[in-house]
Amino acid sequence: MTTTQTPVAEDLFTWPAGPDDPPRLIGSECADCGLVSFPAAPDCVRCASTDSKRRLLAGRGTLWTYTTQNFRPPSPPYDGPDSFEPYAVGYVELPGELLVEARLTEPDPGKLRIGQPMRLTLVPYTVQDDGTEVVTFAFAPAEEETP
Amino acid sequence: MTEAVIIGVGLHPFGRFPGKPALDMGADAVRLALADAGVNWPQIQGGYIGSYEVANPDAIVGRLGLTGVPLRGVFNGCATAGTALALAARAIETGEHDLTVAIGLDKHPRGAFAADPSVAGIPSWYGQTGLFLTTHFFGMKINRYMHEHGISHETLARVASKNFRNAAANDKAWRRTPLTPEEVLASPVLNYPLRQFMYCGPNEGAAALVLCRADQAHRYTGKPVRVRSTALRSRRLGAFEVQSPSFPVGEPVDSPTVDASRAAYELAGIGPEDVDVAQLQDTDAGSEIIHMAENGLCKDGEQERLVAEGATEIGGRIPVNTDGGLLGNGEPIGASGLRQIHEIVLQLRGTAGTRQIPGTPRVGYTHLYGAPGASAVTILST
Repeated sequence: MTTTQTPVAEDLFTWPAGPDDPPRLIGSECADCGLVSFPAAPDCVRCASTDSKRRLLAGRGTLWTYTTQNFRPPSPPYDGPDSFEPYAVGYVELPGELLVEARLTEPDPGKLRIGQPMRLTLVPYTVQDDGTEVVTFAFAPAEEETP
Repeated sequence: MTEAVIIGVGLHPFGRFPGKPALDMGADAVRLALADAGVNWPQIQGGYIGSYEVANPDAIVGRLGLTGVPLRGVFNGCATAGTALALAARAIETGEHDLTVAIGLDKHPRGAFAADPSVAGIPSWYGQTGLFLTTHFFGMKINRYMHEHGISHETLARVASKNFRNAAANDKAWRRTPLTPEEVLASPVLNYPLRQFMYCGPNEGAAALVLCRADQAHRYTGKPVRVRSTALRSRRLGAFEVQSPSFPVGEPVDSPTVDASRAAYELAGIGPEDVDVAQLQDTDAGSEIIHMAENGLCKDGEQERLVAEGATEIGGRIPVNTDGGLLGNGEPIGASGLRQIHEIVLQLRGTAGTRQIPGTPRVGYTHLYGAPGASAVTILST
């Protein structure tokens, strides 16, 4: 039986991802000053240009900081399952691009450390009434030796 | 330019008051401030009032008297009271009015603030997926800070314990049960490394100030408190700020707290070394630690030693949050910063009772910080 999945938002990350096609976040780059933004922004907050182009962000980075979410966030806006499982969030530095905030796949703060290599992945974070899994982006600890 | 001075302060207790509207709490606070100043409501020529939950806080004139007074609503998130005071002072400094009020009031439901991310210009997915929480920003900022500057979990707990102890000596505070650092460390983690008893909570309350021209203060009081400077700053590109799906790589950029603090010191001609007592935004214990350095009261990392030595206790070298701060009082957003001013005024008058700092304090400092990356600083002196 196959499970249907849907992304939480259009044009947030590449979709669908395949085994040879790892997911990428969809950001933007200011055509005038080069500032990289995520999510993609039509206007530049550095030079106020309104000219930007789509840019796929790096799928790997390092963990800059992190915390855990140990209580269920208020709904709305949170639309995760009623049965709450704590999760971690952090900022991952994508070299030369930006620091992006994301869920982390590792919920145990004892297994996270600042500076640790991370890679982008996609995770189902909730299920709709019809059984469709809603997918968002997250970062997972990456092995040091992986290419 | 005429200088503005504070001649009256009024504080409605912070806590939970079922059935009591925010406007009534605000009216009580104003009446206390008017009585403290020895003036009547019809004498007030203008004012500024802030609230998060009350859409028309200026409706308070229906409780205080329909005098036709221009009362302007202001809002800057957690920095709202900084704006109310700044503008009430400015109206005097520019000569528009001789007697003004600054008022803050709020009545929040229980639990963390919940809003759609669109109110902060952020896409819906950010809230749907559980990222739109100010609390985890505070967890992430102090986690990074501890890593960089060697701050321990015990220091977080000592700060919380200090503020609850100070609140226990304040009959208008909310959380008045003293907690030892061990008890704080035994409470559940909400956002690592921050625990339940390291966070303030949204609640209810009101505060008000009466200001006048410095050259007329003698009519009302022998102990006016001078408004030496006010500053409000918003976040700059590159600063690590609350509610940010991303921010640019590169050299670290100072927080709006640092920017507001520097501006306020410069305007006042007063330096951090002159501050006798400070009220710093302690949304959580980590924030108080970071804000000590961001407001120039110590260097990054010195907090570990200063807190252990008791430097920020009443009686210490630089007492911080002598009335219990946000941890001990909770945060009715519109009123929170005026509660800080209320405490500084009592300390500078020497009337803070059992929590009075020793000596003859001359300079007091208040600081606010909150979403969406805004900070307000006020410097007061005798």
